[in-house]
Amino acid sequence: MAKQAAVEMKNITKRFGSKVVANKNVSLKAYRSEILSILGENGSGKTTLMNMIAGIYFPDEGQIFIDGQEAVIASPKDAFSYKVGMIHQHFKLVDVFTATENIVLGINDGKYNLKESTKKIKEICDKYGFEIDPDKKIYTMSVSEKQTVEIIKVLYRGADILILDEPTAVLTPQETSKLFDVLRRMRDDGKCIIIITHKLHEVMALSDRVSVLRKGEYVGSVNTAETSQEELTEMMVGKKVDLNINRSQPKDIVERLVVEDLSCVDRQGTTVLDKVSFTANAGEILGIAGIAGSGQRELLEAIAGLQKNIDGNIFYNDPNTGNKEDLIGKSPVEIRNLGVRLSFVPEDRLGMGLVANMDITDNMMLRSYSKGKTMFLERKPPKNLAEKIIDELDVVTPGVSTPVRRLSGGNVQKILVGREISSIPTILMAAYPVRGLDINSSYLIYNLLNEQKENGVAVIFVGEDLDVLLELCDRILVIGSGVVTGVVDARTATKEQVGLLMTKSKEEIAGDANE
Amino acid sequence: MSSISATKHHKEPLVHIVKRDEMKIWQAWLVRVAAIVLALLLVGFISMALTKEDFFTIYETMYKGAFGRLGSGSTVMLWNFLQKTAILLGLSLAVTPAFKMKFWNCGAEGQALMGGLASMICMIELGDKLSYPVLLLVILLTSILAGAIWGVIPAIFKAQYNTNETLFTLMMNYIATQIIKYYLYIEGGGSNKINPVDEGNLPIIFDNKYALNVLIVLVLTVLVYVYLNYSKQGYEITVVGESKNTARYIGINVKKVIIRTMIISGAICGIIGMLLVSGTDHSIDTNTVGGQGFTAIMVSWLGQFNPFIMILMSALVIFINLGTGKMADTCGLNSSFADIAVGIVIFFVVGCEFFIHYSVRFRHQRKEAKV
Repeated sequence: MAKQAAVEMKNITKRFGSKVVANKNVSLKAYRSEILSILGENGSGKTTLMNMIAGIYFPDEGQIFIDGQEAVIASPKDAFSYKVGMIHQHFKLVDVFTATENIVLGINDGKYNLKESTKKIKEICDKYGFEIDPDKKIYTMSVSEKQTVEIIKVLYRGADILILDEPTAVLTPQETSKLFDVLRRMRDDGKCIIIITHKLHEVMALSDRVSVLRKGEYVGSVNTAETSQEELTEMMVGKKVDLNINRSQPKDIVERLVVEDLSCVDRQGTTVLDKVSFTANAGEILGIAGIAGSGQRELLEAIAGLQKNIDGNIFYNDPNTGNKEDLIGKSPVEIRNLGVRLSFVPEDRLGMGLVANMDITDNMMLRSYSKGKTMFLERKPPKNLAEKIIDELDVVTPGVSTPVRRLSGGNVQKILVGREISSIPTILMAAYPVRGLDINSSYLIYNLLNEQKENGVAVIFVGEDLDVLLELCDRILVIGSGVVTGVVDARTATKEQVGLLMTKSKEEIAGDANE
Repeated sequence: MSSISATKHHKEPLVHIVKRDEMKIWQAWLVRVAAIVLALLLVGFISMALTKEDFFTIYETMYKGAFGRLGSGSTVMLWNFLQKTAILLGLSLAVTPAFKMKFWNCGAEGQALMGGLASMICMIELGDKLSYPVLLLVILLTSILAGAIWGVIPAIFKAQYNTNETLFTLMMNYIATQIIKYYLYIEGGGSNKINPVDEGNLPIIFDNKYALNVLIVLVLTVLVYVYLNYSKQGYEITVVGESKNTARYIGINVKKVIIRTMIISGAICGIIGMLLVSGTDHSIDTNTVGGQGFTAIMVSWLGQFNPFIMILMSALVIFINLGTGKMADTCGLNSSFADIAVGIVIFFVVGCEFFIHYSVRFRHQRKEAKV
């Protein structure tokens, strides 16, 4: 007799509107004592599919079976009654509560005994090897600790089918391997673990089996031991993809931007950047690595003139005049008026780089609308630029008058990067430019950045995928809690080395300095 | 397995709501027109139930209330309708730049009152001192100035201290009303009212005292449309309204835009105040604007900030208001019936947007998977 699947999905279809088919006729199985990876590019319908097991969405067609019995899962509460728990990408925790309080929150069993709950939580921790203080408040926790709380939360409710949505996106390499150990222990305990991911090396390292989705459709499942990264990529993209980034040796290196002792205090009065010093060279890609929220955003915004309460120096060496300008404390307009051609692809594409409800032409105009002497807008040049970018970067859009919110993530990013590059910058800053993009778009962006570097632009690239940072950049600046913890040569450094620098504490750095 | 049999009773929900594709523009408009027709029918049926009149009498009365008796040849009622529509439209135009910037200007009432007060003061104090053209110019400028000042005060506080503009503009309304009361007290002697003043009245064109008002508002409609859609300042308003972060990112001075836009918003209110005082009533009291400043907010949103759609929306609101008002009058209903009717129509117009963006699916529509 064949093994009974813990979860079986049969012919699941989910549509959003009549055109968007998030999942089409997907059938797959997950077993107990197994880690199954759901692999697919962004937008391939992985999360939507899993959300239907977790009761967030309801399938339009098809059936879900849990342990061989048909299940109707219309809400997360239903999901828990089938012992299904999902850990979402965005944590849903109450900041001012402790771990225990968050874990028991919403369990309505008539008793509220925190002591007993804490004991039960400790048992779960011991069993699987979690390290957490149940009495710690959420707002004092690191991202990885918060994730642990989320996992314990579903275990506490008795889940034995666990779905994790991109659990490593926010973790350092060390934290990731810890998480993987825990997941393996849970598998050995007989649980069914499903992780959603688009990172191939994680799939290879962790899972027993892989199911691949492409554009909402089920491509196939393979045993991890019998496959390779190349084969999986081909399944994911539908064709062979060259996964190499063409990194050229930098030439004609000139110091373009010299940052000295840059400090920044945010609105709450917390120091988010503490005496950051580095140099960005023309003709080089400088990578910036660090755990999410370590000050990357503030650093780029400070250079772009968008941060208040900053201190230190930001020197710009003008290639045309040879002048040295200090950009500290200047507004974006003042920086532009100095002749500094600074382009910035911010992390928040639709909330900062672009206006979601405006069409492509009007978004092209953001940088240039004030040109011209009349009080009226000139829509012809931005329209031409929009057409040029759509043509050159293969943007998929019905036309130039389509609001950018209707474009897919990859196309939105092409529009933004295209606009920023079109001003022929001398400095190009890009924060997480491939986040949420499919493989082809990602490599297109890497190539664009490389092209800019070869044109003599000083490129600053904030990334989260260490493999990419090591492959793309020339040097990598690592920051942790707003402090520079090291600068490494990307050609020789290892992932572990960068990972260690990312988690280095302030005290350790101070210690290093004293030696 | 016991936990699973215990949950067997879960059934697929009867209805669930699904986001639909972006509708074609004509389809969306068809839905909106259908919603208005349905709303009018509902208003008609409710009126029938309340008054026991027959179906056609109801609509005939409504028509009469708005446009006058059919085929009577008299245009008095029609002009009355146009005047009311123009004033509502004008105030809607005034608040639109602010709302497009996501600045909740709930102070059109007060801003228009202050504009009207400025006109009134000029008419009384300068009426016999200045020549007619100069007087009109002074009236226009002071009204604009008064409205703009009343609008810019909350904007300055918003820009500098991030105060809540909704509360602030509402408070400014109360202050404006009290100032009018005080002015009536000192100017009107014991009667607390001002008799119509003959000096400084707007000229009469096309033999109709409302025609100039309507014309001015139409010109304003075109101007506001062009300003919002084709000027750099209008573009800045859109960007600030959609995303302050983007505005900062590209170097727009957000504070400046807030202040400038509220000056414009207040100035247009001031002009409408002038149309009400110098162009219509030739007098002023606390009820001169009559709550239209609030209805204007609704018209602006219903018109999706497009001045030309707002023409239709203000006409619709005034039509319902006058029509059902007349019905309430002739059939002895409470005069609040007009407000209820307007409420019903707006409920339908806003509610239909839901059906433009979402569709409702029923259980049986889900196909069973082939096992």
